[in-house]
Amino acid sequence: MEGHSVEELLAKAERDEAEKLQRITVHKELELEFDLGNLLATDRNPPTAVRSAGPTPEADLRALARDNTQLLINQLWQLPTERVEEALVARLPEPTTRLPREKPVPRPRPLTRWQQFARLKGIRPKKKTNLVWDEVSGQWRRRWGYQRARDDTKEWLIEVPGGADPMEDQFAKRIQAKKERVAKNELNRLRNLARAHKTQLPSAAGMHPTGHQSKEELGRAMQVAKVSTASVGRFQERLPKEKAPRGSGKKRKFQPLFGDFAAEKKSQLELLRVMNSKKPQLDVTRATNKQMREEDQEEAAKRRKMSQKGKMNSGPPGLGGKRKGRQHQGGKRRK
Amino acid sequence: GLRKPKTKRAKRFLEKREPKLSENIKNAMLIKGGNANLTVTQVLRDVVLTFFLNFLRKNITRPFEDQTSLEFFSKKSDCSLFMFGSHNKKRPNNLVIGRMYDYHVLDMIELGIEKFVSLKDIKNSKCPEGTKPMLIFAGDDFDVTEDYRRLKSLLIDFFRGPTVSNIRLAGLEYVLHFTALNGKIYFRSYKLLLKKSGCRTPRIELEEMGPSLDLVLRRTHLASDDLYKLSMKTPKALKPKKKKNISHDTFGTTYGRIHMQKQDLSKLQTRKMKGLKKRPAERITEDQEKKSKKMKKH
Repeated sequence: MEGHSVEELLAKAERDEAEKLQRITVHKELELEFDLGNLLATDRNPPTAVRSAGPTPEADLRALARDNTQLLINQLWQLPTERVEEALVARLPEPTTRLPREKPVPRPRPLTRWQQFARLKGIRPKKKTNLVWDEVSGQWRRRWGYQRARDDTKEWLIEVPGGADPMEDQFAKRIQAKKERVAKNELNRLRNLARAHKTQLPSAAGMHPTGHQSKEELGRAMQVAKVSTASVGRFQERLPKEKAPRGSGKKRKFQPLFGDFAAEKKSQLELLRVMNSKKPQLDVTRATNKQMREEDQEEAAKRRKMSQKGKMNSGPPGLGGKRKGRQHQGGKRRK
Repeated sequence: GLRKPKTKRAKRFLEKREPKLSENIKNAMLIKGGNANLTVTQVLRDVVLTFFLNFLRKNITRPFEDQTSLEFFSKKSDCSLFMFGSHNKKRPNNLVIGRMYDYHVLDMIELGIEKFVSLKDIKNSKCPEGTKPMLIFAGDDFDVTEDYRRLKSLLIDFFRGPTVSNIRLAGLEYVLHFTALNGKIYFRSYKLLLKKSGCRTPRIELEEMGPSLDLVLRRTHLASDDLYKLSMKTPKALKPKKKKNISHDTFGTTYGRIHMQKQDLSKLQTRKMKGLKKRPAERITEDQEKKSKKMKKH
């Protein structure tokens, strides 16, 4: 008897629950996809009800919209909530739909010299107060800027230090020192900016400010300097044992416009003949040379791979690139 | 060349427009093209009213032929989304929606408006400007072709509003519903009515509120794959960092892994039992025993 009533109670409780949820449950064949960060829901089910409605699908559209919105609201109501100033607020997750940016990703700026040093030493910026007590004027003044606390250029009395020339103007000396400091700061700021934008400093083209430069860089700088004359380096003398620079000749050679007419005619007719002929023309010497070069390259690459495999287990990706280059040549082989 | 800002205000203005890690909200420009008829103008005006996007302009040349004026205006106003309305015999009631990347046109999709019911024609209560709408896309067409996929992404971009981390549940007031069917896209906006249901989650009833449009896809000008990929690139700093040495099992228990150096077990510090400590007399006898053992061996 009792068992019977317990079962009845359980069944009744289940029915009640189902009834409660009936008002908010929606049956769909395919589950919707939700992106709650964007308050977005995607329904992949084909809209058959709307399709069968005909010319005025308004009511069906609204029913579909109601169902979908109900599902979205169900999801939103399951988010963790908190009470903020008598309103119930849900915390949204991050949006999952990837959308394109409106501007490109900012390039990471290189650190300034001070930032590099601070990072190295582990120096953190100390929080400083805005105003400092100034004894002289007896008031709180700013740390730097207009009417600052300890401005040594504004003093009205300066004692001549022991070893200094009595005729020297100490006030002018202080002002001069300040100007030099300002100029140095400005120079450093511009240098940091140039480093950030990677532009060349106009002072000494090709020369590094600290003087530490590699042999190749110096050589390049010297060559550039040699050519930067009015006659493009033609009358520059060379040092006794200096060799001529490699690769400074003409890169492409063109035939003169009015040259040998007979030779031109011959080459053009030959070209037409080659184009008309059905059989491909194979230049045996060039083909064999190319084949030999390719084989050499392959062997060299293999040797390098072996030696590098000995050094580290995973091969560097640069070899994949080399392989690509060779395949490209293989395509060009047929001439 | 760039002009250096001379005032703090100008500097702040330029900084707002710089490329950043996490970007500003996208603004949209609404442009009336040549021969914009009443329908198209009304659509644009409705969009201005319902959404907090802004900036209505007049008369630029056709976006599909010449994009330079669009790009110029986008640069001047710092708007990366645009909607261009026009009307001519060949393309009646034309609407071009597009977005920009780095002030150059990324995607542009031309839609024809077949039926349009404006905000003022529907005599229901409206909801306040600037609320974040809910977006629903129905229909399997939205995944079939690349055109439709880009259109969906473009519509999300256009209508989603600012990204917020918390939202007031009572403030969810309206929903935009896009249905793709038979080559047409039905755009409807409904106001949300929350009714009592037996449990915590309310039952939804909808009331048609805002502009309703029946759209047809016309021409598209989509960005090439690599430009699209470039625009989708997320900076490394924004990617969530994975914590190493932490794993979860199916029951929800979190496991952590600690790496330790090798321990010398003979020097292990265990508990000291004071009662078992060797007294000095005992230690001496032990030593003597050990010595005698050694002598025995020899």
